[in-house]
This record gives sequence, structure tokens and C-alpha cells, in this order.
Amino acid sequence: MNLDTIIFAISAVVAVFGAVMMIGQRNPVASVLYMIVSLVAQAVLYIQLGALFLGAVLIIVYAGAIMVLFLFVIMLLNLRGREDLGAGSPLVSKVTKFVVAGLFVLELGFVVWSGVFPDSGSTGIQSSASEFGSVKVVAELIFMKYLYPFELASILLLAAIVGAVVMAGRAAVTETDESDDDDPVKEQTVDEVHD
Amino acid sequence: MGDEVVALEYEKMIDFTSASINFELIYSEISLLVAAFLILLTAFQRHLARLAPLVALVGIAVSFYFALQQWGNQMSGFFGMITCDDFGTAFKLLFLVVAALTLLIAHRFLIVKRIGSPEFYALLLVSTMGMMVMANTTDLLVMFLGLEIMSVPLYVMAGYARRSLASNEAGIKYFIMGAFASAFLLLGIAFVFGASGTTDLRQIVADYSFIVSNFQNYLYAGAALILIGFGFKIAAVPFHAWVPDVYQGAPTPVTAFFSVGPKAAGFAVMLRVFLFGFEQMGMLTELFWVLAVLTMTVGNVLALRQDNVKRMLAYSSIAHAGYILVALCVGGNDAISAAVFYLLAYAMFNLGAFAVIVLLETRSGCKSDFSELSGLSSSAPYLSAVLALFMFALAGFPPTVGFLGKFYIFSAAIKSGYILLTVIGVMNSFLSVYYYLRIVKTSYFEKFEGTFAPAPYSPAIMVVLFITVIGTLGLGFFPDRVLEFSQSALFAFL
Repeated sequence: MNLDTIIFAISAVVAVFGAVMMIGQRNPVASVLYMIVSLVAQAVLYIQLGALFLGAVLIIVYAGAIMVLFLFVIMLLNLRGREDLGAGSPLVSKVTKFVVAGLFVLELGFVVWSGVFPDSGSTGIQSSASEFGSVKVVAELIFMKYLYPFELASILLLAAIVGAVVMAGRAAVTETDESDDDDPVKEQTVDEVHD
Repeated sequence: MGDEVVALEYEKMIDFTSASINFELIYSEISLLVAAFLILLTAFQRHLARLAPLVALVGIAVSFYFALQQWGNQMSGFFGMITCDDFGTAFKLLFLVVAALTLLIAHRFLIVKRIGSPEFYALLLVSTMGMMVMANTTDLLVMFLGLEIMSVPLYVMAGYARRSLASNEAGIKYFIMGAFASAFLLLGIAFVFGASGTTDLRQIVADYSFIVSNFQNYLYAGAALILIGFGFKIAAVPFHAWVPDVYQGAPTPVTAFFSVGPKAAGFAVMLRVFLFGFEQMGMLTELFWVLAVLTMTVGNVLALRQDNVKRMLAYSSIAHAGYILVALCVGGNDAISAAVFYLLAYAMFNLGAFAVIVLLETRSGCKSDFSELSGLSSSAPYLSAVLALFMFALAGFPPTVGFLGKFYIFSAAIKSGYILLTVIGVMNSFLSVYYYLRIVKTSYFEKFEGTFAPAPYSPAIMVVLFITVIGTLGLGFFPDRVLEFSQSALFAFL
């Protein structure tokens, strides 16, 4: 048993453990923390497969930015894990759960099957070229071929930020505007939100 | 099969990707962005905020200059991500004119309604820049990004009157429906990519027979999903449900922009994708035939029953999208240039009509109902005459440019043998006369009870009315130059 296998085993177990613990928690903040554990372990798996960039991005974007966003929302909603989650879910929702879970199991089975028996008809999973996912290849794509779309995406983000600031900022008006304010209730809610 | 693979390999060797990072191609986009950044900087210097519209106008003028420089130059750059041809440049010029007119219409309105802030102009410029990006590419990915850069500021602009419930509703509705449509579009692009291995339409055209023989279903599914995504933006029936509420709720200058700018941009990419990229695909003609008939008829029939002028113009804009869809059904160079001409003409008289509505709505207490127009001919004779002119143009009466626009589209349809489609289109134009002339009737023949303050004229809106009247009448009498312009606005690809 070499070092690679040991690292793989540890991080795989940690990833599954984090995922299971995440759904098992009543406290949403603890759930988020377990999810970070799981994501970091997954990043290790990516790095082992040679996808260095993907691993780094997984930690920076998912474990970093998106999880902080989750925490932010949880704290804004002031969830404490003592909420009544409802007695039971309707039948449709139960059926949907099992159908979706079944589909995932099927997919997983297919992946494992084609990994174990590579020649069983389908092409199955193929390992990519060794360079795939490395920082160099990604950088070449982003800053050469996809330079223009990449820069456009930054403008899109800027537009979204400006839009969010405009919508969230305090309305520039303080006096009532006779033609537009027909609904006093509406006005009150707007003021409440921003005070 | 083996031969086809070899053929594909051979095709792939053609260099579609001019790797030059040639900034000349995007000077006009950059100048709009620079103007937008300058305006955003006034957030730190509020006493400079008054300069925002001026900065925006200068930015648009500079951008217009650079776009004119591109006319006649066919270039590709940024690894094939940008393709400048006369088709794209014609649309660039159109978007810039629309943006400038909208800005002039909006200025006074925003001040009167006390919702003015410099960010509005920045959002307008960024949105226009997104449209220009859409028109100047053959790459589906870049088209999608352009569409989003166009749409995100529009969502905000629709909800810009934050203290008005209707405007909030318009913003939210447009945002949710727009995000939904974007998802369809993106999934469609993913399907097309899955089938062809590329997002560049030129590559798809080159490999078309190989793609169709191997991955036909995926390509067709992708094309259908893309059609849904764009159909939403141009408000084709059955993807039009958001239009009336959004048009009515949004601040009126924004509605004016909606009805012309994003629609023209949507048609620019649709013409490019379906008449160039997927030109060899079967069934498209039938599909657009049905879409055109549905869009024309539903738009016109529903417009008959409206009591609010903005809502009526919303349905009318759906109907006009139907006329342009006729061009998409017909295909070929005649139809493309007819569609470009129609969009130019439509921008003129529709923005003109909205300018009048905006002017009337700046009177306090106005909601743009039909009843508010009664007696307009005695209180503001010139304004009602101008409004009547725009209504005649919308209905398609000669000698306005509205007549010529319809004439070119339908004559292209007849030339290609679409007799039934033309008959349905002309019948629809007759139907639309009823509700357009209802505005003329109300303003000329109905007595007005109650009082409104006289509409506050501002120099900016007078300029807009002047330009649009000249455009509507002048192009109607002397269409040669514009026709020449639209006839040279064809796809040309390296």
C-alpha cells in the first residue's frame, strides 16, 4: 500500500463522512461546517487526479465564497436549529425523493460498472490527457482563446453589482411623489426594510 | 463514416480563428464602457451628477464614430470570438441611435418623477454595449454573454421607480422570466456544443453535414431551446406573457427602450443564428411560419381591447415582432435587408410615439390611459398631430416609413412564394388600424373633462420628436439611402 492509496482512502472517507454528517445535523451552521470538511476532502481527490486547478478552485470558490454566502444567509434568517421542520412531507415530495435518489444510484452504478468492466459496450470513463485541468492549460484557454468572453464576464459581473447597489440603496427621494405613490402600505414596507 | 471523419479533420484545418487581439474591433464598445465608468465615478462626486447624461451622450457619439469607421470592414479577431461585418455594424449603429434617443426621452422624465440618478445612464450604456456584443459575433457563447450584459441592466431599469408598486412588479417579473429564458438558451447552446463540439456558428456551418448525420437529435433539440431563449427576448407568442405587465409597469422611457433595443438585438442574433448558422436545417421555415402568424395575430387581437396606451403599445410591439418573424421565415438576402430596414423604421416611429407618451405622462397624475388623451388636439395641437403621425406609421400608412417597412417584408415574402403568409400579414395590418386610429380618434374627436397641467416641454424631448418625425416622414419619402444601407447589411464571414 503506497502513500497515494492511503491519502486517497483517508480523504474519500472524510468526504463521505462530511457529507453524511451534513445532512444529519439539526443546526444549519454545523451543516455548513461539515460541508466545508467534505469539500476540502474532495479537493484533495481532485489534486490526486492531477486536476490541480480544479482542486484549488473547489477550495477557493466552494469552500470559501459559496459557503460563506450560505452562512451569511443562515445568520440573516436567524436559524438556530430549533425550528419545526414539519411533521411529514406530502406524498409527491416523498416519491420525488426516491425517484431522484434512485436515478443517482443508477448513475453511480453505471460509472462503477464501466470502470470495472471497461469493454462492456460503452466507452465508459476515460482518463483525460495528463495536462487536462492543470493551471497552464486553463490559463492558456482563458487568456488566449477565451480572452474576450472572459473579459465580457467581468463586465457582466460589474453590471450586476451596479444593479444590486441601485436596487438596494436608499431611495434618493424623501418627499412623497404624488403620481407614483398610490399605495401607502407599499411605501411603508420600503421604508421599514431600509431603516 | 471513415471518409466523413477525414472530411471533418480537413474542415477543422481551415483557420476560422484570426488570433489577432485587435482592439480596433471593439473601440465602440470600449468607448461606451469608459463613459459608463466615468458616470459611475460621480457616485463619489455627487455635485458632478448633473453631467451624467452629457457624458453618456458624448460616449454614444464617440462610439457611433468608431462604429461608422468599421462600416465596410469585414474583420475577425480575438480567436474568432468577434466578427465584424456590415450586418453587425448596421445593428451597432441602430443600437446607438436608440440609446441616444432613449437618453434624451428619459432625462426630463426622471427629474420630474424624482427617480433620476446617474446610475441610470451607466446602466443604459452597459445594456447598449451588451447589444453591440451580441450583434458582432458568430460565437454562441459570446452571444449569450452579450445577452446577459444587455439584460441585467434592463432588469434594474424596469424596476427603477422603486417607490412605485407597478415598477417593482415589472422588475421582478422581467427578472424571473428573463432568468428562466436564459436557462433555456444556455441549455440549447450546451446541446449544440455537445452535437458539434464548437460554439462557433461558422464551424457549425462548415461541419454541418457531419454533425447532422451523427448527432441530429441533439442539434435539433439545441436549436429549439435556443429559439425559446431568443423568442422570449423578442416577445414572440407563446413567449410573450411577461410583455404587457413589464411594459406598463416600467418607467415609460425604459419601456420605450425595451420595445426597440432588446428586440432589435434579439432579432440580430436570431437572423444570424437561424439564417446563417442553422440555415441548412429542415423544418425551420414551417416553425417560423407558425410563430410569425401566431405572434402577429395574438398581438393584434389582444391590443384591440386595451384601455392603457402603454399596454396597447406593448401588444402592438408583439405584433410588430410578428411582421419581422415573417422575414425569418422567408430567409435569403432580400428578407434580411427587409428585416434590418423594418427594425430601423420601427425604432423611429415607436420611439417617437413613446416620446409623446412620456411627455404627456410628465403631467402629474397621468397613467397613460386612453381617456387622458381626449381633447389633446385643442390643448396641444402640434403634439397631437405628431402623435397621429406616429400612429399612422405604426399602422403602416403611406407615405410614412411604416408602410415601406411592411412593403419590403411582404414583397420579399411574395417573391419567395409565401402567398398565404402575406395575406395573413396584410389582414393583421388592417386589424391593427382599429386600435392605432382609436388614439387619433380620442385625441381629436372626444371632449375632455377635468384639467391637466400643460405638458412641460424640454429641449431634449423636442430634439427626439424632431429626429423621429424626420425619420418617419423623411425615410418614407426618400428611402433610397437607408434601403441601400440595409441592403449592404448582410452577413459576410471570413
